[in-house]
Amino acid sequence: MKKLYELFSLASLLLLSACKGPGEAPSAEKKEEAPAAEAKKSDTGPIKVGILHSLSGTMAISETSLKDVALMTIESINKKGGVLGRQLEPVVVDPASNWPLFAEKARELIQQDVAVVFGCWTSVSRKSVLPVFEELNGLLFYPVQYEGEESSFNVFYTGAAPNQQAIPAVEYLMSEAGGGAKRWVLLGTDYVYPRTTNKILRYFLKSKGVDEADIMEEYTPFGHTDYQTIVSNIKKFAAGKRTAVVSTINGDSNVPFYKELANQGLKATDIPVVAFSVGEEELRGIDTKPLEGHLAAWNYFMSIDTPENAEFIREWKEYAKAKNLPDAEKRVTNDPMEATYVGIKMWAQAALQAGTTDINAVRQAIGGQVVKAPSGFELTMDGKNHHLHKPVYIGEIKGDGQFNIVWKTEGPIRAEPWSKYVPESQNKVADWSFPWLCGNCEQAKAAPF
Amino acid sequence: MKLVTFRLFLLLLIAASALTGSAFADEARPDVSGLGSEDLAEVTRAIVSIGKSSSPEAIEILSALEAGQIERDSARRVFLRKESGELVPLTGGSPEGTTKKVTLNNVARRTLGETLARLSLTASDVNVRRAAAERLADQPDPETVEFIRSLVEAEKDAKTKGFMDLAIAKVDLRSPDRARRLAAAKAIIASEDISLVAELKAIVGKGPNSYIEPDPEVRREFSRALSTVERRIVKINAISNTIYGLSLGSVLLLAALGLAITFGLMRVINMAHGEMLMLGAYATFFVRERLVAIGPEITEWYLLFAIPFAFAVTFGAGVLLERLVIRHLYGRPLETLLATWGLSLILIQAVRLVFGAQNVAVANPEWLSGGFELMPALVVPYSRIAVLLFTAIVVLFVAYILRGTSIGLRVRSVTQNRETAAALGIPTRRVDTLTFGLGSGLAGLGGVALSQLGNVGPELGQQHIIDSFVVVVLGGVGNILGTVIAGFGLGIANKLLEPSVGAVLGKIFLLVILILFIQIRPQGLFAQKGRAAESA
Repeated sequence: MKKLYELFSLASLLLLSACKGPGEAPSAEKKEEAPAAEAKKSDTGPIKVGILHSLSGTMAISETSLKDVALMTIESINKKGGVLGRQLEPVVVDPASNWPLFAEKARELIQQDVAVVFGCWTSVSRKSVLPVFEELNGLLFYPVQYEGEESSFNVFYTGAAPNQQAIPAVEYLMSEAGGGAKRWVLLGTDYVYPRTTNKILRYFLKSKGVDEADIMEEYTPFGHTDYQTIVSNIKKFAAGKRTAVVSTINGDSNVPFYKELANQGLKATDIPVVAFSVGEEELRGIDTKPLEGHLAAWNYFMSIDTPENAEFIREWKEYAKAKNLPDAEKRVTNDPMEATYVGIKMWAQAALQAGTTDINAVRQAIGGQVVKAPSGFELTMDGKNHHLHKPVYIGEIKGDGQFNIVWKTEGPIRAEPWSKYVPESQNKVADWSFPWLCGNCEQAKAAPF
Repeated sequence: MKLVTFRLFLLLLIAASALTGSAFADEARPDVSGLGSEDLAEVTRAIVSIGKSSSPEAIEILSALEAGQIERDSARRVFLRKESGELVPLTGGSPEGTTKKVTLNNVARRTLGETLARLSLTASDVNVRRAAAERLADQPDPETVEFIRSLVEAEKDAKTKGFMDLAIAKVDLRSPDRARRLAAAKAIIASEDISLVAELKAIVGKGPNSYIEPDPEVRREFSRALSTVERRIVKINAISNTIYGLSLGSVLLLAALGLAITFGLMRVINMAHGEMLMLGAYATFFVRERLVAIGPEITEWYLLFAIPFAFAVTFGAGVLLERLVIRHLYGRPLETLLATWGLSLILIQAVRLVFGAQNVAVANPEWLSGGFELMPALVVPYSRIAVLLFTAIVVLFVAYILRGTSIGLRVRSVTQNRETAAALGIPTRRVDTLTFGLGSGLAGLGGVALSQLGNVGPELGQQHIIDSFVVVVLGGVGNILGTVIAGFGLGIANKLLEPSVGAVLGKIFLLVILILFIQIRPQGLFAQKGRAAESA
């Protein structure tokens, strides 16, 4: 019996240490447990910055590198003297891919008086922390492309809205250069992001004169691995007209899907697949041979050829090596990492401009901030709808897991959080300036004095 | 070989043109300057115009473009990179700065493929012609069809002619010429091509006030074509659903087989079963990585090394698990459940620490990539066939061990009645350890197969554990044959439901049916009989 207990305590110890994840600064851990009162009294000590990304569970694959890139950016700001003469102190918590835990951890962070939180990946995690940030008046920077139909006073969205990713991608595939697709397969994992995106795309396609019979919409459960029937249906559906597949399949299911496409002989030249959730980081863990020629739409690719990007990649690789991150040699950069990087810089600029880390003052200062992004463009934060202006790129997957950019917009485009193609949202306005003061209204909140 | 001769030929041509002076050579060579453009639309136009030039070099230049041997410099000059690394100028002049490979996008690649196919229609090799005609028959444009029309009479090969007729028919469907429409309908019936269903339905239907096809005889012929094609589709669907179902069933079965022993025979609720699958998959990854380091020739056959290695690793893990944890918890199912669940979390995090949170790449060997076309729109991937065969072998292996060896006899006796077996001098504890090891080893073999179909990551096991329990419970606990039948049954039922209700609802329906079934027949498909059943 005694042996057993020993074993159990050993196991639970192991479990605890394993949950923390590698490469985390131990100082951050200690501070996380420090009493909240301590932070309040000092206006001269370090500024606490919350990082809310899953370091364990299913989303750890994607979110761990966002935590790392956030720490890297904070470190580089600190090296340059910090913000307002104060150092930034990252507070890293692990919501463990558990949506209710996201809300709990967010509350914990805000109650510790962090000046700002950078975090979340999935839409469901963002939706679950949203009420907390609104209730406690916190500030969240959300770095991932999402389905739109939202705008919060307490959130700044540095990822793409649908009109900065999904709609341009579909327009490209419709165009002569993209293959002139006439028939569409909307394929996704069954949750809020694909469902909403496909709803918007369906309205968009109809507005472009695509017939109902030429759209096929399919969903698969999370972690689905058997795509035989779906791929053979796509093959039958595609016969006779130029067809393109718009894939909002989430992370893990992508490999079996692309493998099945290749095995059944569907080539990118005949039926191109454009994906919104497949980037460099996702391609790092898979055999890219079956994916070659398929497309992805993002606002940043590691293969963008600008001096700013070369600098960003160099900084990241050096950081990964210095911190001994796993596989440091092979680390890549991707779109949400760039969005995190831009977001932190933007917040630091705004705090400097406001002269304080007070949330209300900083929020007012963020609108209009400009950051020279790795993509080489100067990105502006829209003070009205809290979304970043972003350029759009479409890349073809290459054999080495990188993208060959085949199309891009001339410059950054403004986000439209409420899609103009969806009847129930086309009249809605996200505008946090006077007289609207609202993220979800058809009429202005305030009247002119 | 062919490629080498063609390159030699190309080399000779280029050498000749260089010698004879540029005036004549430029005339013979198509204008390739467009390939030097950064604008992909211009490159695509250049491909079309090269294809239209009647130059004998066109096909060589385009094949070189397809093989990625055409490069351009900063001044838009175009070069051919030969195998020896030498650059041959195609537009004159020597390269300025570094040269870059001309990259294509999907549209340019498609145009290139079609242009090459058009040029190959007049090739002397029957197989080349056939492949070219098949490719062009997919979605022909009117211009290409006119070109095919000029060749179809002279074509001797029946199959090639069939594809050509089909290509013509696809354009002639709506031709104003009655004879052409009639010929189109006949060609469709002959080809049984299923891609035209929607088009045929529209043609035999009624327009706003009259039939779209005015001639009754032609219409009758089109209706006949439509029903031929529809019958074909029904047949293809039935066959493909069965095959896909068998394939899904084999995956379910392979994942569940180890559990059929640890849970089915030993009654250990083993929540760490999924992690044994994962360990098997990671063992495959490990073996492949090692072999890549040693030599690329063996890498092709890494699975042959991975299978015994994965079995050994998971067998060892199973034995350790039994010795250290499960042995102390026999007869206490709730505690076993908690302990094995904790172990599964430990294993997941351990793998994450060792191999990283990222999925790892286990590339299929060349001989398992691709598939063969059984019927149009029904391609059976080699990897699926391999998994089906592998499952059959593993099931036979298990059956042999349990039924045909003395170890199997001991295992069965211990699981049926421990006390009596012990009284007869069987070392029950050692048998327990071996049995658990065997179950875990089988899960490891399942992991090898899963690594060929999907992701290999720390969460791999979590995706399969529930399905595995479902298969074992449905088949009847303690019955390997039941597990086999349940695995294939669930696979086929899933694939029959999926086309009509979709993957998400299909899975829900299946689970609802399962719950109802378990209500009526809690012992599963095949119940154990006799006294053993009561003691269980």
